[in-house]
Amino acid sequence: MTPDLHLWLIPVLPLIGAAINGFVGRRLTRQAIVTVAIAFCGASFAMALYVALRFSGLAIPHLETLAPWIRAGSFQADFAFYVDQLSLVMLLVVTGVGLLIHIYSIGYMWEEGGFYRFFCYLNLFMFFMLTLVLASNYLLMFIGWEGVGLASYLLIGFWFTKDSAASAGKKAFIVNRIGDFGFLIALFLMIKHFGTLNFDRVFQFAASMSVENATAGLLTAIGLLLMVGAAGKSAQIPLYVWLPDAMEGPTPVSALIHAATMVTAGVYMIARSHVIFERAPTALMVVAIIGTLTALFAATIGIAQTDIKKVLAYSTISQLGYMFLACGVAAFSAGIFHLMTHAFFKGLLFLAAGSVIHAVGGEQDMRKMGGLWRKIPWTWATMLIATCAIAGIPGLSGFFSKDEILWRAYQASWAYWLVGVVTAFLTSFYMFRLMYMTFAGEYRGVTSDHSIVQEQAPARSRPSAAQAHHGIHESPRVMLIPLAILAFLSIVGGWIGVPGSLGGSNRFDRFLGPVFRATAPAVKPQHAAPGETAPPEQTTEGLESHTGRGTELAFTGISVFAALLGLYLARLLYLRRPALPERIAAALNGLYAAVANKYYVDELYATLFVHPVVEGSKHILWHGMDQGVIDATLDNSADATRHVSDSLRHMQSGNLRSYAGWVAAGAAVVIAYMVWTGTR
Amino acid sequence: MVPLSYYLVLSGVLFACGVTGFLIKRNIITIFMSIELMLNGVNLSFVAFAAHWHALSGQIFVFFVMVVAAAEAAVGLAIIIAVYRTRETLNVDQVNLLKL
Amino acid sequence: MSLAFQASQALPRGTDYLRILPELVLSIFGMIIMVLDPVVDQRRNQKALGTLALIGSLAAIASTLWQARAPGLAFWNMVQVDTFSVFFHFLITTITAVVILTSYEYMEVQQIRVGEYYALILFGAVGMCLMSSAVELVLIFIALEISSISTYILAGFRRRAAISSEASIKYFLLGSFATAFFLYGVALMFGATGSTSIPTIEQHLRSGSIPVLAYVAIALMFVGLGFKVAAAPFHVWTPDVYEGAPAPIVGFMSTAPKAAVFAVLLRIMFQIHAPGRLGLIWVAAALSMTLGNIGALVQQNVKRLLAYSSIAHAGYLLVAFAALPQNGIPSAMFYTASYAAMNIGAFAVVSHFGGAGERYVTLEDYSGLGRRSPVLAAALTLFLLSLIGIPITAGFFAKFYVFSAALQANLVGLVIIGVINSAVAAYYYLRVIVVVYMHDPRDESVLPAVPLELGAALAITALTTIYLGLLPGRVLDYASRSAGDLLH
Repeated sequence: MTPDLHLWLIPVLPLIGAAINGFVGRRLTRQAIVTVAIAFCGASFAMALYVALRFSGLAIPHLETLAPWIRAGSFQADFAFYVDQLSLVMLLVVTGVGLLIHIYSIGYMWEEGGFYRFFCYLNLFMFFMLTLVLASNYLLMFIGWEGVGLASYLLIGFWFTKDSAASAGKKAFIVNRIGDFGFLIALFLMIKHFGTLNFDRVFQFAASMSVENATAGLLTAIGLLLMVGAAGKSAQIPLYVWLPDAMEGPTPVSALIHAATMVTAGVYMIARSHVIFERAPTALMVVAIIGTLTALFAATIGIAQTDIKKVLAYSTISQLGYMFLACGVAAFSAGIFHLMTHAFFKGLLFLAAGSVIHAVGGEQDMRKMGGLWRKIPWTWATMLIATCAIAGIPGLSGFFSKDEILWRAYQASWAYWLVGVVTAFLTSFYMFRLMYMTFAGEYRGVTSDHSIVQEQAPARSRPSAAQAHHGIHESPRVMLIPLAILAFLSIVGGWIGVPGSLGGSNRFDRFLGPVFRATAPAVKPQHAAPGETAPPEQTTEGLESHTGRGTELAFTGISVFAALLGLYLARLLYLRRPALPERIAAALNGLYAAVANKYYVDELYATLFVHPVVEGSKHILWHGMDQGVIDATLDNSADATRHVSDSLRHMQSGNLRSYAGWVAAGAAVVIAYMVWTGTR
Repeated sequence: MVPLSYYLVLSGVLFACGVTGFLIKRNIITIFMSIELMLNGVNLSFVAFAAHWHALSGQIFVFFVMVVAAAEAAVGLAIIIAVYRTRETLNVDQVNLLKL
Repeated sequence: MSLAFQASQALPRGTDYLRILPELVLSIFGMIIMVLDPVVDQRRNQKALGTLALIGSLAAIASTLWQARAPGLAFWNMVQVDTFSVFFHFLITTITAVVILTSYEYMEVQQIRVGEYYALILFGAVGMCLMSSAVELVLIFIALEISSISTYILAGFRRRAAISSEASIKYFLLGSFATAFFLYGVALMFGATGSTSIPTIEQHLRSGSIPVLAYVAIALMFVGLGFKVAAAPFHVWTPDVYEGAPAPIVGFMSTAPKAAVFAVLLRIMFQIHAPGRLGLIWVAAALSMTLGNIGALVQQNVKRLLAYSSIAHAGYLLVAFAALPQNGIPSAMFYTASYAAMNIGAFAVVSHFGGAGERYVTLEDYSGLGRRSPVLAAALTLFLLSLIGIPITAGFFAKFYVFSAALQANLVGLVIIGVINSAVAAYYYLRVIVVVYMHDPRDESVLPAVPLELGAALAITALTTIYLGLLPGRVLDYASRSAGDLLH
């Protein structure tokens, strides 16, 4: 008998917080709003910790049914929660990082209008995200999936009076719809062929199917459609375009939703559906290729961005590409490992960037920063740690997770590895570029004139705008403490997954092992690493003899070298010879412009899709179909119906005897009909 | 012995008389009496079937029906009085404020 | 089987009384109210009798729950307590409690002497409860009459209003007319099978060839019951009666007796395996949906609009009766519960808003309600959305289950008619919402505050509407088990 952990409380607690702030928040003081938001989010985190503590005593996967939900014939979907190693990791990351960002937001949003609205949305987001993570069936997961999309939409457009914010929210919503469409069709396919959406049953069915090596069958179709959904939510090619625009939202939102948690939902979903993907090598290959391309593509765009948040946004897309690459080579635990470390350091990077923006009075353009490290040392220090972590400097969390992915990618194909290493180099380069531009050198901003505040806030009183007159200042403690904690995690977060070649035992991989290895197909997918076919108890690290520890160390050396090269180049270009970048940009005129303009993808989409659709719907759908056909039909049929209705009213003459006549006539018809059936 | 069908036909005729009376009469009291006629038609068939099946219960049912009819009559007359108070008529064709 | 014959054998056992405990509790409280009525000072304490009735209905709910633990037959196989009857007992007693809550303010505002009002509600509930647990046709007839006679009187309780007594007389005469048909059906069924006990009839009809008499009996019973649930073509009385009757009573009439009669219909249609039911139900369902919705389109009076809507909903519900028993029964039960929640809620709003003499009942009166009373408007909107069948409200799952049950029985035509009707219905419900929110108020006068009891009633119905719309599983599970009990 497994204990009842009341898992439902974990998502519901933030929902209560959201409800309180949503309904009565307007009348509460800021302190009360904060207390409510933090208390419910914190309680949720405490519950997650409690689950982690009790975890060893559970039968895995641990299922708890809160209430039956939909029953239609044999189809059944319940409000039921599902905990295994995978969801536990996600649970801790979401609640932990979520709580830190909640705390940080107190400082960041303190002077903003709509304070209660912000925390209400933030808590609402936590509710949906936790539902997504804990769901025991795809339908409930989809509810969470849609819900986080909604929360994200609300938060991106938080400063809704600003046009760009509102349209960014819309863009995110619409692009995500495309992905959701794929996800939904995948769900319909599952219902049709498996008759269920419950994880255990779906995976049972899938596990009993053979690997679709030569043929592309049902599982491949489902896998590809799921990937469409994941590409939308996790901003992969070709659906990544919404994420950079999403930076219109307040910075804590970027940190929580668009870096640490929501955008990783796609990775989680793919990892959760690994049983399906393992049996659909074609789908896996698509995942890997999309991930690799996105990683490289986004990293090159990141090089030329000047907006500090945009750099981080493209960096996020690129890192998500790594995670998909890992999933695509069937190294799901490596992908989840990177997801976790990424949540730490990317959350930290965004928060630190927020702190920088806060310090310089809402300025986001790195060209107007510089020399800040003396003035905001704490922010600088923590951001430096995060940068080292993401760049893959040995010893920090990002190093271990990225190394693991690259190594597993190499085992699948050297091409993945090569692109991965190049991306690692680019990552290191644009991150240190960001650091040098922001913190090193001389301050390039205008200290006296802060009337042109470029950050998101409209005319409302930005705290920093007012404070900027007193000079650049370090953020309050309530913002620095989350930074410090995340910095700590960015350092040590990787140590739980030190691979065998570096003298570790990769406990993380072994912890997730039961999830991913128990269901591995008997036949080796053409594409997956040799380790994946190992029997359940054997971890990948146990197979070192195949390729040799020395080789792995050599590859590690190469990626470290790539990272250091990036660092060196950034130092050279942006510290030693600040004039050089411009000359290079001038020399590579066309290429630079293309990169700086994000390869004109937005413009391409606008010409290819948005414009034709808008024009088409205006002329054909609106004028032609809607007004010409549908409205006319509806108007006419509505008129006709109303006409019928009017004449039918005369059945209701008000005369009792005519009523009795109707009843008697009806009775006569009924009796006649029944006598007819009876004697037939 | 009179065959069962005779009783059934008679009861059917009584019931039909009641229905017809309900439809053609204008006075509320007469309409109400038509309903009683319908119920008595039913009662007759109950008794006839009781004899046919040699089941005493059919005859007992008649008592129940009569009790219910009495209760209905009491309530019905009260309602008729209430209508008469507000309308000062018992012509059912003039009780037609509610329509359409 | 001959009850007189068995009655001579033994007196009722003690457990027999347990099986009609809710009915007993309701009757006793009803009688206490009748006795206290002349004693209690009405002027000063209108609420005393109501509170007593409320306690009575709560006690009935409690005794239903208690009774649920000991299912079985009672009184020589005339009454059966099983999950099916418990479901309807619980539903009916809860409806009674909520209706009593909505009546407090109404009676005060209309300045009606309470008198036997609450007692009649309780007596009506006795009949309805008994209908859902009776497995003997004559007992069903008596229960039907108990509930009907109470509602005839209640419909005319606004004695001073001409339309109220007109509603009462129309309901009474037509109701008695229809009941006579039902009774004739019972007599013919007795003639065809020699019994009035539902299990015995079922055995009899199953064992041999079915006599034509049984077909006619089913037809006549359907006429009587179809009248009570306002199924076309026996629906003509509904708009008039609903318009004239006091609003809380309309909320009561349109839900509790309907639920009880649907319970009886479920027993007759499914437990007896009524021969020839399919065609009968098909036509009645299609007609009710269509006539109800089309009739509602042009209505200006909100009570009358809701009356037409209740005809349409009876039609949706009947669709379930044409489906296979194992899907049809639970979906019909779920529908009755959902419909009860949203409809009583809607009529609670109507009764509060109507004001003294029910003056404000037309659509124009509702214009700008959203600004005058946001809470009331929000509640009304929720109930109307549920009546349309918008997701996350009870109405959605109710329709969903009924239509999916019909689809499993390959009733594609009926489902298409139903879906088209739902689309038509959205028009007139939305029209009310549009008027409530988009039109300027005609009358800026301040609405009386919503009193505590009415607030409680609105909260209960609204929460139930949302609960059934979010978590229908538990209720549906219970209904499925009841269906199993009903079919053995």
